[in-house]
Amino acid sequence: MRRRTFLGGAAGAAASATLLTACGGSGDDSGRPTLDFLSLAWQKESVAANKALVAAWNRERPDVRVRYVQGSWNNVHDQLLTSFEGGAAPDIIHDEANDLTDFGYGGDLADLSGLIPADLKKRIPATAWGTATFNGGVYGVPFLQEPRVLIANRTVLDKAGIRLPTVERPWTWDRFEDVAKELTHHRRGTDSRYGVAWAMKEPVNQTVNMSLSTGGKIVHRDGDRTEIRFDAADSAVAELIRRQVKSDRTAPSSGLGMGGGDTLPGFFAGHYAMVPLGFSYRQQVEQQAPDGFDWVTLPMPVGAKAPDGGLAQGVSPQTLSVSRSCAHKKAAVEFIAFMTRTQDLVRLARGDWLVPTGSAALRDPHITTDKDGWSTGVDVAGHLTASPALGVRGYPEWMDKIATPALQQYYNGAIGLGELRGKLVRDGNRIFDRYRG
Amino acid sequence: MSTALPPRPARRRSAKRAAGRTGQYLALVCYLVFLGFPLLWLLSTAFKSPQELGSVDPTWLPVHPTLENFRSALDQQPLVRSALNSLIVASVAAVVSVTVAVPAAYVMVRFRSMVTKVGTGWILVSQMFPFVLIIIPLFLVLKNVHLIDSLPGLIIVYVVWNLPFALWMLQGYVKAVPASLEEAAAMDGASRLRALRSVVLPLLMPGLVATLMFSFVTAWNEFFFALVLLKSPEKQTMSVILTHFLGAEGAADLGPLAAASVLATVPSLLFFAFLQRRLVGGMMSGAVKG
Repeated sequence: MRRRTFLGGAAGAAASATLLTACGGSGDDSGRPTLDFLSLAWQKESVAANKALVAAWNRERPDVRVRYVQGSWNNVHDQLLTSFEGGAAPDIIHDEANDLTDFGYGGDLADLSGLIPADLKKRIPATAWGTATFNGGVYGVPFLQEPRVLIANRTVLDKAGIRLPTVERPWTWDRFEDVAKELTHHRRGTDSRYGVAWAMKEPVNQTVNMSLSTGGKIVHRDGDRTEIRFDAADSAVAELIRRQVKSDRTAPSSGLGMGGGDTLPGFFAGHYAMVPLGFSYRQQVEQQAPDGFDWVTLPMPVGAKAPDGGLAQGVSPQTLSVSRSCAHKKAAVEFIAFMTRTQDLVRLARGDWLVPTGSAALRDPHITTDKDGWSTGVDVAGHLTASPALGVRGYPEWMDKIATPALQQYYNGAIGLGELRGKLVRDGNRIFDRYRG
Repeated sequence: MSTALPPRPARRRSAKRAAGRTGQYLALVCYLVFLGFPLLWLLSTAFKSPQELGSVDPTWLPVHPTLENFRSALDQQPLVRSALNSLIVASVAAVVSVTVAVPAAYVMVRFRSMVTKVGTGWILVSQMFPFVLIIIPLFLVLKNVHLIDSLPGLIIVYVVWNLPFALWMLQGYVKAVPASLEEAAAMDGASRLRALRSVVLPLLMPGLVATLMFSFVTAWNEFFFALVLLKSPEKQTMSVILTHFLGAEGAADLGPLAAASVLATVPSLLFFAFLQRRLVGGMMSGAVKG
């Protein structure tokens, strides 16, 4: 979801620094301990929901106060790294499962295994817990997740007489390619249209997670050992994207440099019929789409012979963790349990336009509604699994140094499949070898 | 027989001068447009509706201007409080940096020795340190003196961070003041301190103002130290608050972000407008003394 930035290297330099005691929590005038909750909520409704929950907790629990601290997705890793090293980390941390690995292995996060109350444990299915479990411990409570979906221009698809896929009857990748061809026409002027636009500014997580749909994985783990493979099943989706951009011309090459939101103006203008995007982008579509624009949320295509019918999709959920230096871990986990009660989880999910992990929350009528594609997310949620990248040490380095440039070169046609495979596997495995043991 | 060319007709000379001036003005206009475009675009974005922001054909001016983005930005984040924090931090850091840098620059220029040479070299070297190298040690030091999560702590960091460049800038201005002026003042019985106050400082005024502006802008825009060192929501500065409009994977609440950015530039612009007058005043004063 995010790339590690420049502080990664500083961690080693600071390792010898004195680790100061005490967590970020302090006390108020009445002597009541205060826990800092670093929240990354950023959308209006989500921030409001988080703040309301903190206020409700502070009303109901006179023994422990929680203070809402606003953070930002763009720099949370650096912020946390510095504050962990300096011994002044927030007590309760909102982050993403992908980002927990280094902190979990580094001893910065508390292992929540023995602290999670039974009802919270039951509320969230085992597959979701698996996304934050590594190194023999549970380092976060996964509470919101973002599957990838196809957002499509319904009018265009209807006009072409194309049957819309459902999770029960999804498109295969082959069918998807055919549909993209049917919807593409290159004419002079503004009437030109591509079947699909692949936003590949950050190509690695997308490629890794989508490879599950064809029975691939790319990042393979065997105990402590991580190995990159890029066999036919691993590379099938990557090959398809390249084919669409370079050979079929059913996807614009300009999309390769775009972030998800960048494709939306072209989508609204009819330049692209479909855009594969994260589930939360529906909010921007709903807000920004011109009047009368009819859009629909569809499940991603599947590999015909893949396990789980190809519906499996890797995700890295949003998590709530507790700092290891927190002096009130039990209260911190109780707060997390409070935040993730079913009705509150639904509110948080709606605020962020994401899918909740909780089984009961997934049955809530606000989430199962067809409006704005919510029900598609619920249907897809049954097949979400931990991204192969989760809990893998060295993954950020591989992603930044090897996989991102290599995939970008491959997608825009600068290198072929053989060279891509060589870079990802040979150069990549050298990196993972350094992290072993 | 004289070989001198006849004098050029005055009309041709004046036409050439007019063409030169037109070219200069044209270049100036291009430069101003280049500089002003991002600000104008930001201003235009701040007043656009979500539909206009999502349009593939961007409009220069909002078709249906709305204040909703400003309302939403002010609703979502404590912009006024954070602007006040930024103003306090940036102003104090700028004033302190310049106050410390003036005598230091004077000494470095007027008392050349091995120490000042080494000091000058160190100033250059210190500018090469990346944030990454100093942030964690700095964090630990400030933690030990209980200055984490405090505006004074951040001000100290900004002063230390600004000082080398402020010193470097001021050195140039001090060098430009002829030492003979001070010698003349000394002949009239003025002490070195008096000469510094009454002769050098007025001549340095444009340099002081320029350095003050530079220090203010650096502190006003700085993000990473503020992010890491300030924890309490009520103490966060504007640059940190602006990132709260950004989501994961580059998603952004574009309208409110643009509106908040417009609001964030206002105090800075006012500061500049105020100081610019001083800058001109200082130049005039220098001219008279010189």
